[in-house]
Amino acid sequence: MADVILQVEHLKKYFSSGGGILHAVDDVSFTLERGKTLGVVGESGCGKSTLGRTILRLIEPTSGKVLFDGVDVASLRRGPLRKARKDMQIIFQDPFSSLDPRKTVFQIITESITTQRLMTDRRQIEQRVLELMDTVGLAERLINTYPHELDGGRRQRIGIARALAMDPKFIVCDEPVSALDVSIQAQILNLLRKLQRERGLTYMFITHDLAVVHHLADEIAVMYLGRIVEKAPAVELFEHPMHPYTQALLSAIPVPEIMPDRKRILLRGEISSPIDPPDECRFAKRCNRACDRCHAGEPQLTEVLPGHFVACPFHD
Amino acid sequence: MSENTAVASTAEVSAIKKYKKRSQGAEIWRRYRQNKGAMLALFVVIAIVLVAVFADVILDYDTDVIGQNLMESRQAPSLRHLFGTDELGRDIFFRVLYGSRISLAVGIVAVMIGLAIGMLLGCVAGYYGGAVENVIMRVVDIIGAVPSMMMGIAIVSALGVGTGNLMLAIGITSVPQFVRISRAAVLTVRNQEYVEAARAIGQSEAKIIFSHIVPNCLSPIIVQTTLRTASAIVEASSLSFLGLGVKVPSPEWGALLAAGRGYVRTAPYMTLYPGLAIMVTVLALNMVGDGLRDALDPKLRQ
Amino acid sequence: MTEEKKTGRTDRVLEVKDLTVRYEVDGDVVRAVNDVSFTLDAGQTLGLVGETGAGKTTTALSILKLIPDPPGIVESGEITVCGQDIMSATAQQMQKIRGADVSMIFQDPMTSLDPVFTVGQQIAESYLLHADVSQAEAMEKACEMLETVGIPRERAKEFPHQFSGGMKQRVVIAIALACNPALLIADEPTTALDVTIQAQVLELMKDLKRQYNMAMIMITHDLGIVADVCDRVAVMYAGRIVEMGTLEDVFNHTRHPYTEGLFNSLPNINARVDELTPIPGQMPDPTNLPKGCAFAPRCRYATEACRAKLPVPRRISPTHMVACTAYEQEGFHIERRDR
Repeated sequence: MADVILQVEHLKKYFSSGGGILHAVDDVSFTLERGKTLGVVGESGCGKSTLGRTILRLIEPTSGKVLFDGVDVASLRRGPLRKARKDMQIIFQDPFSSLDPRKTVFQIITESITTQRLMTDRRQIEQRVLELMDTVGLAERLINTYPHELDGGRRQRIGIARALAMDPKFIVCDEPVSALDVSIQAQILNLLRKLQRERGLTYMFITHDLAVVHHLADEIAVMYLGRIVEKAPAVELFEHPMHPYTQALLSAIPVPEIMPDRKRILLRGEISSPIDPPDECRFAKRCNRACDRCHAGEPQLTEVLPGHFVACPFHD
Repeated sequence: MSENTAVASTAEVSAIKKYKKRSQGAEIWRRYRQNKGAMLALFVVIAIVLVAVFADVILDYDTDVIGQNLMESRQAPSLRHLFGTDELGRDIFFRVLYGSRISLAVGIVAVMIGLAIGMLLGCVAGYYGGAVENVIMRVVDIIGAVPSMMMGIAIVSALGVGTGNLMLAIGITSVPQFVRISRAAVLTVRNQEYVEAARAIGQSEAKIIFSHIVPNCLSPIIVQTTLRTASAIVEASSLSFLGLGVKVPSPEWGALLAAGRGYVRTAPYMTLYPGLAIMVTVLALNMVGDGLRDALDPKLRQ
Repeated sequence: MTEEKKTGRTDRVLEVKDLTVRYEVDGDVVRAVNDVSFTLDAGQTLGLVGETGAGKTTTALSILKLIPDPPGIVESGEITVCGQDIMSATAQQMQKIRGADVSMIFQDPMTSLDPVFTVGQQIAESYLLHADVSQAEAMEKACEMLETVGIPRERAKEFPHQFSGGMKQRVVIAIALACNPALLIADEPTTALDVTIQAQVLELMKDLKRQYNMAMIMITHDLGIVADVCDRVAVMYAGRIVEMGTLEDVFNHTRHPYTEGLFNSLPNINARVDELTPIPGQMPDPTNLPKGCAFAPRCRYATEACRAKLPVPRRISPTHMVACTAYEQEGFHIERRDR
């Protein structure tokens, strides 16, 4: 029996937008095993960031369940929810705007500890902060610096320390390296991986960069316009992508190698509107394999191979 | 906790103390100091404040400020009367000095009233949004639509002439600006990711407001306070000039201007010096405000 | 649709020699570009690779003489575009060169377009500035350019906010190419775009480059884009070119430790590794560059000689140059082997 830490059931998040209802997250379901990493990939507008925030209830879900260690987070009252936050944390994309510019490194990390009332003794708190700084690779002497005095890589480490401070079980990583320089990205990715191994953390890794997620994820879910269109173990997804969108996505990734015969699948047009989407495959307009079946209703995610799910009529 | 641990912890130096850095306030002061114009303006403002504070001690109100001496009326500036005398023989220099107390007091108190009410309303409007915000902003719009002079005249006419009512009138006309700036600041900060991050670690809304939102909104409000003090002094002077401000024989600068109005050609010093006093004070306050804005901003430039 | 090559246009489109640019900010001197030299011929695409602060954008802006002065100062160097000397060119001469001989497109399509003019007007403006034509002819040209970049001509009367990010970038390209420049400088043109849109735009740029026989400088930090679009590569670090050569030279016969570090730290979907090998340390402070090789503090092959003096560029082959003191030792080679 797999050790499931997170079970998302039919999660929806709709926003009312001028002109209709915006389906940001539209009926998403998946399970996540303890200690594993689920990569959630997609381009802008696919709903992956909204999904991460909705799971943590930083955004109120419209409907659906989020079972974290058996407890439905989506329906918790305010008090128990705040306590539950200790176990589920988030690392933000932008290391510039996710840190309060008026607080020092020490104050930012301490906030996590004191808000959850984990310690009260000042000495102990300071010790813990220093430990965390060491874990994420921040020099001790930076303890009283302000975020704007540090570069992107170091700021992101502060964000990671803040998330780790309360010893969470699950962390949503929302594009944590997108805003960083290439050589720093690798450092942060290695750090995240090390932390996962040492502490048995479970990650939901949101990114648009397939190369990054390929490196870190055990399983990958590809999102398009609010729905998961394909989900498979990482290696399997890269070797046998089945959904046309996944195939186009993979072929579009720039690879740092000379590949003169590389065939690029170029998609037609642009992403369609997430407002009041019609009841058909949302990718059909851009797909070069679209047929009548694609317009006959929303394709459902079906398990085509063990562990490999696709939402495409061609693979039913 | 045994004695041993107590000894051990005092032996180590706290890392926070070891790596003590300049606080943000000190940084801002350092940046402000680099602006020579702003530093000069600051000295001028401090000088005026000192004059205002000690005017009561240096001068005797009854003899120096309001004591009439018709024998010496309308004398040109001389060594005995630095700024000359007015039509009732009163020394204009002493009156201008003493007037600083009133002008400054009115300016500061009026702005404090505006700030207190305005910031409260603005923060509430910005943070809660929805119907609350709509109601507050429309009321503020109505008040703001009336020209401030008219508003001041209306309030003073209704409540009567006097320093207290003057402060109230100008305080009320200051509210709309503070509401708008506070609300704008809150709206910007409210959507920042670090506020979301605070929610993510489980902080209560109240704690978020006081710990994260308010401190980050202060910069524009501080600058506005300084600038508004300057314009409040001008407004107070204007109202006094119209006879709607302080009670006679109070030497508020605007009132001094009014008194000298009839003698502009024969005794121009009666209007010149009070006018200069207003101008210098307002200019200095504006430059301090600009200097503050520059000193508080560079963080964003980085 | 294809325009003829302008007659009298030289084959050597660009020549940069010993360019050095510094910025003076708040009393500090930022050594942005140091002794940069390279050439570019018609039809070639040079990839200018480096991370933030490497000096790529400053180099590009120098070619167009767009370095803000103050705080930027072009200390020395020669730049020649289509045979014309840039350093001594007057403002009027530069106006003729910009847009007609050299065009530049930037990273953020959202702010590159003026929101109060239609896209047709903005493309036409570029054409009107350099050709003696009527408004009507310019608008016709604008519609043609839109079609060239894959946008229906009817959309010429729409405003920028009515277009998506990818389409805005196409409009920007249309503006840049309206006067058929000899050289197009693209500064991270696809960084802000989604990956599938990026693929579309890069394909478009490759097509146009062939059609117009343009030279192109592609500034990017993404070696994948370089592999796709460029035929020559120059790798920059702390304002210097540390390695330059053909695509084959730099990718398959890598020589410089920094280039090697870049390849090692990139996740590569063709080769999944357990742990990436990041380049240790941080970029040097541009106001306080080390005395010798700027990369030495982070370089695992660094020797005393490396730290003591600046590396001298040396030719490994007629097309391949590397600036690394370690190669003065007999038999030295980085770990990354030839492919």
